[in-house]
Amino acid sequence: MNVIVQSELGPGATVIVDRSALDSLLAAIAAQGYHVVGPTVGDGAIVYGDVSSSAELPVGWSDEQDGGTYRLRRRDDQAVFGYAVGPQSWKQFLHPPNLRLWRARRGEDGTGLEILEEPTPSPRYAFIGVRSCELHAIAIQDQVFLPGAHPDRAYAARREDILLVAVNCGEPGGTCFCVSMDTGPKASSGYDLALTEVLDGERHHFVVEVGTDRGALVLADVPHRAAHDADLAAAAEVTAGAVARMGREMPAVDLRALLLANYEHPRWDDVAERCLTCGNCTMVCPTCFCTSVEDTADLAGDEAERWRRWDSCFSLSFSHLTGGDARSSSRSRYRQWMTHKLATWVDQFGTSGCVGCGRCITWCPVGIDITEEVSAILSNPTPSADAT
Amino acid sequence: MNEPSGKPKLAVWKFSSCDGCQLSLLSCEDELLTLVGQVDIAYFLEASRATVEGPYDLSLVEGSITTEQDAERIHRVRRMSRRLVTIGACATAGGIQGLRNFTDVEDFVTAVYPTPAYVSTLEHSTPISAHVPVDFELQGCPVNKYQLLEVIRAALGDRRPNIPSESVCQECKRRGNTCVMVAYGTPCLGPVTHAGCGALCPSYNRGCYGCYGPMESPNTEALTGWLRKLDYDDVDLVRVYRTFNASAPAFRNESERHDPSA
Repeated sequence: MNVIVQSELGPGATVIVDRSALDSLLAAIAAQGYHVVGPTVGDGAIVYGDVSSSAELPVGWSDEQDGGTYRLRRRDDQAVFGYAVGPQSWKQFLHPPNLRLWRARRGEDGTGLEILEEPTPSPRYAFIGVRSCELHAIAIQDQVFLPGAHPDRAYAARREDILLVAVNCGEPGGTCFCVSMDTGPKASSGYDLALTEVLDGERHHFVVEVGTDRGALVLADVPHRAAHDADLAAAAEVTAGAVARMGREMPAVDLRALLLANYEHPRWDDVAERCLTCGNCTMVCPTCFCTSVEDTADLAGDEAERWRRWDSCFSLSFSHLTGGDARSSSRSRYRQWMTHKLATWVDQFGTSGCVGCGRCITWCPVGIDITEEVSAILSNPTPSADAT
Repeated sequence: MNEPSGKPKLAVWKFSSCDGCQLSLLSCEDELLTLVGQVDIAYFLEASRATVEGPYDLSLVEGSITTEQDAERIHRVRRMSRRLVTIGACATAGGIQGLRNFTDVEDFVTAVYPTPAYVSTLEHSTPISAHVPVDFELQGCPVNKYQLLEVIRAALGDRRPNIPSESVCQECKRRGNTCVMVAYGTPCLGPVTHAGCGALCPSYNRGCYGCYGPMESPNTEALTGWLRKLDYDDVDLVRVYRTFNASAPAFRNESERHDPSA
C-alpha cells in the first residue's frame, strides 16, 4: 500500500480509499471525538442516525422517488451510497425541531424571577454522506442563522466544529433537480472530505477529495493510496451519469423576476385546489427555517419554559396578527412559500432558498411539484402591474 | 361536602359520551395533586360524589347533545360557568353517535335496543357549540391529557391555550417519522387532521384515523383524490371520513360527496 505522507494530504489533494477501508475512515472520525451520524435504512426510508460501522450504512439499497411516492429498493450491487436523499435532512441536527430556549423559576420568597439559561451543546457532529445539495442547504442556513450581531446561539454551537464528509451523487432520485439549481451533483465546496463511490465489477473504492486540513487530519489515519488520472476520470463519469439521469428540471429563467411579476397568476388558484396546507414541504425542506416560540408554565405557576419549534408558513397561526390571519387562503400560503423560496429569498439572503433536492416533491402527500408549478406559470405568464 | 376554598372552581360535565375524555383528566396522575392545589374540583362525578354548588370558574364539557333533557341541561351548565370548554370529539363535533345524522335514528334504535320504546332520543347528535356559546373547543378522541392540562393552565392564567390547529403531519415530521402514505402507500388522514395526538398512529406505521377531527384548513377533496390513487373507492371514502368526527362539517361534507344515498 502506498501511504502518502501527511504533508501531501492538504486541501486539494485527491486519494483513493478502498471500500474495505471505509470502516477505518469511520473509526478515525470517531477517534477524533466526533459524534458520527450517517445514512441508515430505517422506518421505510434512508434516514439519518448514529453510525459506527459501514454495515449500518444503506449497503445495497436504493430508492425510487416521484411526486408523493418513495419506495426503498434493493440494488443489484453492494453500493454504499447508491441512493438519493430521503425524508430527513441535516437540519434536524443543526436546527432541532423542538428546542427549549430557557426556563424561569419564581424566586424562593414567591417574588422575583430566576432565569435558568439553557446549555447550548456543541456535539461535534460528523455528517457522513452529505450530498452536494445538502452542503448548499447548510450554507444557506448558515446565512440565515450566523451573520450579524446576533447569531443564533443554538445553531452556531451545533454548527461549530462539525465534520462534513460529502458524497458526490451517482444515483439521482426521480425528483432531483440540482443540476438546474447549480447545486450538484458534485460537491464544489463546503466539505471536509468528498467521496465519489466507484463500483465497477471487482473494483469498489472511493475517490476522496480533501477539502480542509480537518479532513486531511482524519484521512491521515486511514489506509489510502495515490489517485491516478484514470481514477479521476472514473469519478467524473459517476457524477456525469448523475447529471444525465436527473429526475426533474427547474426552468432556466430568472425565477425571481418571473414569480414577482406573476403574483396574480391563475396557477396559484389551481395549486390551491390541490394543496393540503399540511406543511410537509416546509418540514422536509433542508433550508426552511421558520419557528414559533411557545411559553409554557407548570400548573402551580412557579416554573415557565420557552420552547422553539419548527413552524410552517402553511399554518394559519404563522401569519396571525391583530385582526386575523394575514394569509387565510391556501392560495396565499402556497404563493408565499414558493415565492419566498425562489424569489424573495434572493433579496433576503443573496441566494435562492431552493437547492433542488426534490424533497418537497417526493414528500408532498399529493405530489405537488415545484418545478411543474414554475413551468406552468412560465408557459403562460400574465404579468400583473403590482404585487399584492 | 367540600368547603369553599377560595380557589377557582372546576366542574366536569358529561353529556352523550363514553367518559374517555374526562378519564383523561383522571389519567393526569402525576399532575393531579398539583391540580387540586390550584383549583377546587367542585363538580366531577366520575371522581367524587361530593359536589360544590356553582357558579364555576371553568367547566369542562364532555359529550354531545342527543336528548331533550340534555338540550336543556347544557343551558343551565352554561349559565353556571364563567368559562366553558368543550373536550373531545363528541362535545366538539357530535362524536361517533353523530353517525345517526346520516340516516334515520330509528334504524339504529331498533337495531340496537331490545325495547326501542324505552329509548327517547333526538334525531341528531350535535356538538355543544350548536346550543350554547363555547369559549374553547379541545378536539380529540380522546383528548390529549397534556393538552387538557394546557387548557386548564391557560384558564388559570387567563390566557389563550396554546393548542396548534395545524395538521398532524407537522407533529409527525417534527417527530422524525417517515410519511406512511409516501413511503408505503398507506392511506392516512394526517394532512387534513388536527394536531394534538403527537402523530400517534403514523409513529407505529399506521395511517391517521382522524381522531382529532379536521385541522384548520382541511382540503379533504385533494386528499380524497390521492386516496383514490391508493385504490380507495366510494365505500372506503365514506367509511374513512365517518368515524369519531363524522359530523364535523369538513369530514361530513367529504363523506357525503361519495355517499350515493346522500
